[in-house]
Amino acid sequence: MQRTTAFGLACLALGLVSVSLLAIDGRALADEDAPTGEDELAPLVEGEERLGGPASVVVGGQNAFSYPARVLTAKERRVFAVGNAFFKDNWVMAPASAVGRDGLGPFFNARSCSGCHLRDGRGRPLEEGETASAGLLIRLGIPGEKGDLPHPIYGGQLQEYAIHGVSAEASFAIRLEALPGKYADGVPYELQAPHYEITDPAFGPLGDDVRIGARVAQQLIGLGLLEAIPEATLIALADPEDSDGDGISGRAHMVQSVRHGRPMIGRFGWKATQPTVEEQVAGAFVNDMGITSPLHRNEVVTATEAKRIEYVSGGSPEMTETKLNRVTFYSQTIAVPARRNVADPVVRRGKWVFDDIGCAACHVSELRTGDEHAIEAYRNAVIRPYTDLLLHDMGEALADQKHDGDSTPREWRTPPLWGIGLFADVSGHTRYLHDGRARNLAEAVLWHGGEGESSRDRFKRLSKRDRDALIAFLDSL
Amino acid sequence: MADKEDRSTSRLGASVLALSRAWPDLKRVPMRSIRSCLRLVVAIGVALVLFVTLVRTTPAADEADDADLRRQVVSNYAELAHAGYAQSHASAVTLQERINAFLKAPSAETLSAAKSAWIAGRQVYLRTETFRFYSGPIDRPSDGVETFVNAWPLDEAYIDAVEGDPDAGIINDPNQFPALEGDLLTILNERGGEANVAIGWHAIEFLLWGQDRDPNGPGTRPFTDFVAGKGRNADRRSAYLRAVSDLLVTHLARVAKAWEPEADNYRRAFVTAPSDDSLEKMLSGMAVLSAFEMSGERLAVPYETQDQEEEHSCFSDTTHLDFIANQAGIVAVWTGKGFGVAGVGLRDLARRVDADIAKDLDAQLAASLAATKAIPAPFDQAILGADDAPGRVALLATMEALEAQTESFAILADSLGFAIAISPGE
Repeated sequence: MQRTTAFGLACLALGLVSVSLLAIDGRALADEDAPTGEDELAPLVEGEERLGGPASVVVGGQNAFSYPARVLTAKERRVFAVGNAFFKDNWVMAPASAVGRDGLGPFFNARSCSGCHLRDGRGRPLEEGETASAGLLIRLGIPGEKGDLPHPIYGGQLQEYAIHGVSAEASFAIRLEALPGKYADGVPYELQAPHYEITDPAFGPLGDDVRIGARVAQQLIGLGLLEAIPEATLIALADPEDSDGDGISGRAHMVQSVRHGRPMIGRFGWKATQPTVEEQVAGAFVNDMGITSPLHRNEVVTATEAKRIEYVSGGSPEMTETKLNRVTFYSQTIAVPARRNVADPVVRRGKWVFDDIGCAACHVSELRTGDEHAIEAYRNAVIRPYTDLLLHDMGEALADQKHDGDSTPREWRTPPLWGIGLFADVSGHTRYLHDGRARNLAEAVLWHGGEGESSRDRFKRLSKRDRDALIAFLDSL
Repeated sequence: MADKEDRSTSRLGASVLALSRAWPDLKRVPMRSIRSCLRLVVAIGVALVLFVTLVRTTPAADEADDADLRRQVVSNYAELAHAGYAQSHASAVTLQERINAFLKAPSAETLSAAKSAWIAGRQVYLRTETFRFYSGPIDRPSDGVETFVNAWPLDEAYIDAVEGDPDAGIINDPNQFPALEGDLLTILNERGGEANVAIGWHAIEFLLWGQDRDPNGPGTRPFTDFVAGKGRNADRRSAYLRAVSDLLVTHLARVAKAWEPEADNYRRAFVTAPSDDSLEKMLSGMAVLSAFEMSGERLAVPYETQDQEEEHSCFSDTTHLDFIANQAGIVAVWTGKGFGVAGVGLRDLARRVDADIAKDLDAQLAASLAATKAIPAPFDQAILGADDAPGRVALLATMEALEAQTESFAILADSLGFAIAISPGE
């Protein structure tokens, strides 16, 4: 009994000491930074580390973007594995002994999905002097009445590779321009603006009215969850006329669904041009690899090109419905890695800053899925994608020349932020934004303009400590 | 998960109910005599002593034992990993020697000797695959070598000529790649897609056997492919084979070194970290290897596609052995015995924390091993036919056995107090 009492007294003493120490520490913090209130931390929210709700897994490392959602059944995991194999497999030129995998091209950007989405991660832009990309492609068009028309000779996308005996459409090169700037506290930074030049066009000049836009391949995590968000939720988040006057006027990008034959909200791609995962997948197969499918029965070869090349089809279509289903299921069910360091005070401070300077207005932290998605476990789930999937005017500096669908060159879909802290692990780089121009997360924030301008300016006025805290928070996603 | 919570809640509810039923009886203890009163005092005294002993001594000792056991399991795992990779490195050195002997004097015999060394080395390596999938020395982003050693599936046309395309591959492209050296081949590995595998076990396999066009046996690449003046680009093919076998030795040495005892390396961090962090890694490796790699990529894919190209060791036709070796590695971690090491295994800890699941796993791991051994060779014929063909029945049974053991790994993780990437039960 005596020992217990002594133990209790010791505990009490220790507790008092730690409480007073904490208080001293807290006061020191408050004194030093009282004017900016840097002692305010975001509250810890139950389950906030599980970004993908039912599709969360606690993983890191090189394969962090390649795990199946934790809720999949053993049978579903097999389907996932089969889809994953098709995702990695190289397609070959037809005819070939590898029946079922022939029909590549005639023009293409990559031989496999993983050619651009290596380990299901983010593509890397070109460096100056490089001629081959590892996940960046160029969209092409000419002015149309509403949105761009495909380029009359080269189509909607530049393919820098072709099968044996056919000339590739063209090559392209990058030139980088340094844009120096300064934070409010005088700390300098330098952004890097890319400029693209198309070289060696094989089928004649591109003409003066060509419009181009560079796009990197995106990570594949959590796509099924984004698909499961009800249209009504997205419409409720939209505020096209900015009627609440907060300077943010997101709008849903209505696109025509090939599968469903009706207008739907676009959710995928940098311009939200694809309404479903299946259509995103089928679009990538035909445009990036030259593989036809039940959704796109014709190769993307223009009439001008068709007159000058010869090629053999790998079947009509080249990819079966089953194969398309498998790759779609795989793309829908890749898990979202859980956040790291959620309780770290610096990360919690960063999260507080994220909300305070208005990032969360578009990068919506919490959404709920609906009750209709094909994958049952994905229904009625709380997810934390940090996006509203809407188009926002991001200003002139980020704009390129492309009018994709109903979007303007200044408009971009809010990209989900889940997983952005794992690019270095998975893809071996930290390049962000639609063309990978930002070399780190701070640069990505600094490129924000238009509707993001006021948040960006507030970021520039933050103390170094708060800027670092914000980055630490983004890195925890 | 929800089920489990419900169960424990109801267990608690039942004990509360039992207590409330017992209480009125206690109040009605008859005080008939002093003797019975004394008896009660003695009983209470004994009960108190028992209670104090139970509450203060036994759990503390138990906890110490438990923590100690966890540390021993982790420490023996490090021993297993080091022994595994050291043996794997040694077998790669033997392969390198045989390959050099073959390249010095190409003949059917020297080629066959190199192939035997590949098969032997491959079995050792596959037993170490249970040490993957938690960013350990083999596959951590900073300097992991997994994609250099074991990348698969492999598009053989990326390396060398294939049927119908004699110009294919790095070997037949001297203009773009004049010198075939290890550094270049490492850069080319997985460039432009995950199937563009340039180096590692499977690249060597393709170079030794060639494409498998024979339904009854492995690939039949002639040794003359490596004889200058006979095989097209034979000198380049020889340089390529030498470079990739050198790389394999270098890469496996790096992993073995990271697991060496008494060094400032990964092993030290692994054995000094909180035991549960390391136990979680061990179980993740076993579960992910079972469910995603073996049952998924290496069984479900060829089972569904019936495509020989999706077979794991498709050039050498040794796929049926791969599953046995993989499972043997998992069993070694479970029992604590393997690679010439005999110590405390995960099983010993499981028996303490969850005897039921320990028993289940003993049976399931044995069943999976039996199932892998029942897969008929050659694997590329076993995948063919209708679902009731003997080969396909054996494959499905293996998948299901592996899935069952995976679920149990997840339940065990739960009992140990952490979660892995697969949910326990459906």
